[in-house]
Amino acid sequence: MLEFAVQFAFGAFGLALLFNVWRLIIGPETADRILALDTIYINSLALLLLLGLWHDTTSYFEAALLIAMLGFIGTVAAAKFLLRGDIIE
Amino acid sequence: MSKILPAPWLSLFLLVFWLLLQNSVSFGLIILGAVFAVLIPLYTHRARDFSIRVRKPLILVQYAVLLLIDIIISNFNIAAVILTPRRKIKPALFEYPLDITGEVPITMLASTISLTPGTISAELGRDGRSLLIHALNVHDVEAVKRQIKERYERRLQEIFQC
Amino acid sequence: MLQSLPTWADYLASALVIMGALFALIGSFGLLRLPDFMTRLHAPTKNTTLGVGGIILGSTLYFSVSSGLSLHELLIAIFLFLTAPISAHLLAKAGLHLEYKMIKETQDLRKKPEQYSDKDD
Repeated sequence: MLEFAVQFAFGAFGLALLFNVWRLIIGPETADRILALDTIYINSLALLLLLGLWHDTTSYFEAALLIAMLGFIGTVAAAKFLLRGDIIE
Repeated sequence: MSKILPAPWLSLFLLVFWLLLQNSVSFGLIILGAVFAVLIPLYTHRARDFSIRVRKPLILVQYAVLLLIDIIISNFNIAAVILTPRRKIKPALFEYPLDITGEVPITMLASTISLTPGTISAELGRDGRSLLIHALNVHDVEAVKRQIKERYERRLQEIFQC
Repeated sequence: MLQSLPTWADYLASALVIMGALFALIGSFGLLRLPDFMTRLHAPTKNTTLGVGGIILGSTLYFSVSSGLSLHELLIAIFLFLTAPISAHLLAKAGLHLEYKMIKETQDLRKKPEQYSDKDD
């Protein structure tokens, strides 16, 4: 049962990543693209965790934690740049 | 006490975080974690420019459980909104007057609003006395305001006594 | 390869993983199809976070049952639940200050809309 569930989740997250990439391409605003990137990193983090589950190993955990942290910092930096970078200057 | 442990809750959090990160509990790990849990707050407490005093920890736990349940319910709501045709939705942008004061309680309230049913806190007003909230699908703005006030803000007020 | 679990753990972990995957899929779908930026912000911040939370709970359950208590994946969930509102807040702020177009059904009840805008200075 779990095998089927994990396969299903692989499919679902792959489709979700496709949706996100589509939003990343069509925009239309810069903030939309930042939001799409944010969602992409969260989804790929989940894919990494699923891969760890599939191979029955916990060694992907550190990578997932690092993606979570760096992705958050990246989103905040991009949003800050959008807020400050081209408005006040 | 306060010389060695300037922030006891932070120390406890750091110790638990360390043990979770190591994913095992042994005597040596606890000792090393305790050393970190004492040294890191000592080194960083000068940088904390806010003071946080939890007056009623029990209500904080109750608040966390309530929040978790609300997050799950809100997810079903949002899923329903996403899957219905787009003509139906009715977003709103409104100001929410704050009763609570202090940086930490307001931050917690704003995060709570962002995580729960169909609302996102977008901006703190210039005077710091109101939050600008964007809601995904509301028909009665006043009801949403009342709900936030009764469900979350009152509890936060009780927890932090502000 | 996956080890076999007791029946209850098998079904519970499967349910958590499937629910998480569905929520994440719906969140990403919402990101694609909602009409304007401020509404699009709602979908991924809530649904995708809970979706990943479901995956993490399922994976925690699997590892705990198959090979001893293992809770460290909860760290990722805690981290995501702490940071999701912050990035949502910053993006919403950016959207407001840049005055992105909102759909015309939006009820704008701000008393002084100009105090949230940086457009003209």
